[in-house]
Amino acid sequence: MNIHEFQAKQLFRDYKIPVPESRVVTSAGQALAAINSLSGAGWAVKAQVHAGGRGKVGGVKIVKTATEAVDAVSQMLGQQLITQQTTAAGLPINSVLIEQTTAIKREFYLSLIIDRHSEKLCFIASEAGGMDIEAVAAESPEKIISLFIHPAAGLQAYQCRQIAFALGLQGEQLKKLHKLMTGMMQLFLDKDASQIEINPLVETETGDLLALDAKINFDDNACALHQDILALRDTSQEDEKENIAKQFDLNYITLEGNIGCMVNGAGLAMATMDLVKLKGGTPANFLDVGGGTTTEKVTEAFKLIVSDKNVKAVLVNIFGGIVQCDVIAKGILGALAQIKTDLPVIVRLEGTHAEEGRALLHNVAPNIIPAEDLDHAAEQAVALAGGAA
Amino acid sequence: MSILIDQNTKVICQGFTGKQGTFHARHALDYGTKLIAGVTPGRGGSEHLGLPVFNTVQEAYDATQADASVIYVPPFFAADAILEAVDAGIKLIVCITEGIPVLHMLRVKAAMQDSGALLIGPNCPGIITPEQCKIGIMPGNIHQAGSIGIVSRSGTLTYEAVHQTTQQGLGQSTCVGIGGDPIHGMNFIDVISRFQADDKTQGIIMVGEIGGSEEEEAAEYIKNHVTKPVVSYITGLTAPAGKRMGHAGAIVTGGKGTAEGKVNALKAAGVEVVNSPSAMGIAMKERLLAR
Repeated sequence: MNIHEFQAKQLFRDYKIPVPESRVVTSAGQALAAINSLSGAGWAVKAQVHAGGRGKVGGVKIVKTATEAVDAVSQMLGQQLITQQTTAAGLPINSVLIEQTTAIKREFYLSLIIDRHSEKLCFIASEAGGMDIEAVAAESPEKIISLFIHPAAGLQAYQCRQIAFALGLQGEQLKKLHKLMTGMMQLFLDKDASQIEINPLVETETGDLLALDAKINFDDNACALHQDILALRDTSQEDEKENIAKQFDLNYITLEGNIGCMVNGAGLAMATMDLVKLKGGTPANFLDVGGGTTTEKVTEAFKLIVSDKNVKAVLVNIFGGIVQCDVIAKGILGALAQIKTDLPVIVRLEGTHAEEGRALLHNVAPNIIPAEDLDHAAEQAVALAGGAA
Repeated sequence: MSILIDQNTKVICQGFTGKQGTFHARHALDYGTKLIAGVTPGRGGSEHLGLPVFNTVQEAYDATQADASVIYVPPFFAADAILEAVDAGIKLIVCITEGIPVLHMLRVKAAMQDSGALLIGPNCPGIITPEQCKIGIMPGNIHQAGSIGIVSRSGTLTYEAVHQTTQQGLGQSTCVGIGGDPIHGMNFIDVISRFQADDKTQGIIMVGEIGGSEEEEAAEYIKNHVTKPVVSYITGLTAPAGKRMGHAGAIVTGGKGTAEGKVNALKAAGVEVVNSPSAMGIAMKERLLAR
């Protein structure tokens, strides 16, 4: 789960990670009061969306006067922000963060992640801050420091010193970084984060350390343990279809192609997308109906797929294990009873109760097309969707 | 022969009297698995499916000397269940549960070090040696005793590989679903090394997916240590970067863990990588005939 920068910064404050003074506004009218309550000679006006790359597309503006601030806020609010990390439609700007600017001496990168290879938490730091860290890793890997935290011992002071010296910090700054990293660790563990990223972490002209940006992702598997984190969820930043799918406990991801896919199992669902691509088509979605599915869920899944205007054909690929193929067939029939569709639906059923499932769908409608094997099913779906999107 | 489990493997079930536990325990018994007891805290001393129920894994182990335990408890209780099994002395622990927080697994793995216990999963279909022992949620009827070892991060793709090797008349020695979570128990190398050492296994099918680097590490291992033919299928070529594709572990981050990288590493190790999930069985048959 993602949260906004202003929410992440509030969590940072709770964990004694220094951030600039700021105010969140949801209307241009609030901007003036916000500016008046902040000191300083200039402010950053930052669009709050769940995506990076805001600076390059006008999502971050530096202003010098209250009038400029009000103008910037009113220009941003209500707009869709399109960055390299969003879809072509972009994300709605419903809130804006107004923040004190600071005289910056140097910019660093600091993040905390779970390293699956070593099965440890890992701090990643770099003197090359404010840049795309993946590009830094590719071009100058020597500028990246990785530091692993033993689950039993936890973060040690010497590890913080290692990073501090590598970044060229000195004196009181060593203690400041130690405190900051300790806060990151505690926040990560308390709230089941999956990533905390500060890019940039800055050294100010006065020698302080400050988190200028803040990004936190949370482990979806653990969110139910943290009602305070769940309360931060902003569904306006999420895909509408993906949210509907969540209500029915379906695993759905919107893609940009024209062949709707309904599959059981995450691996087979990905494999079905790959196969569609291999046969020259493009998948409209990833959808795993799950192991313990019901006819009702399958009906909702089917309706969700056909609600996508881009979809020109539907490919149903089921290998019945725990899932019984006749349950899937009944679910499709249930959807067809509720909505009219002329879209070709290619159905491959294999495994538990496959015969019963096929019999249920036999001669139901001319657009319901049985397929004997998976390759064939994908080929037909691509052909009937009119080739690549 | 087979790996890890056979007709003599004594199995207990944690979360035995729950809905999932009951359903799958019944199927395991029908399949002929030596499921001999179950554990549900507070239900000790009772009977379920004609088997004794114990309050703790330790009591169940002391009474039965079970070799393996299968876990069907909800995600927030699963870490506790795994560690209870480890502490009781169970040597093979199969955790089916999906949705365990990653930090829970991080602590479990650290606590398990040097215990000598093996963990399969979590978020996996389990393990089966066809016609001998089934521990998990896979449909027993598609399996056939035979010569192919199958190891996979995905449940349904394991079933595809099983179905195809059965259709080709090859059958399976043992099938292991290692699970779709980023932090999990046995990995590809742990399983493939056992297949290489197993007399019964003639060929190995390895099903991987995007995320992490275990396929690349397996490729390196295969190049240096495996003489049996290996066929592989890797899924996730079309998955968008940064999106978690159903499995918690199936995510491409920062250009790492891509399907292309895994396919290339495996090909360089002499593994036959098929580009369709329906080609695993036939490719294995051809590899065996060509020997």
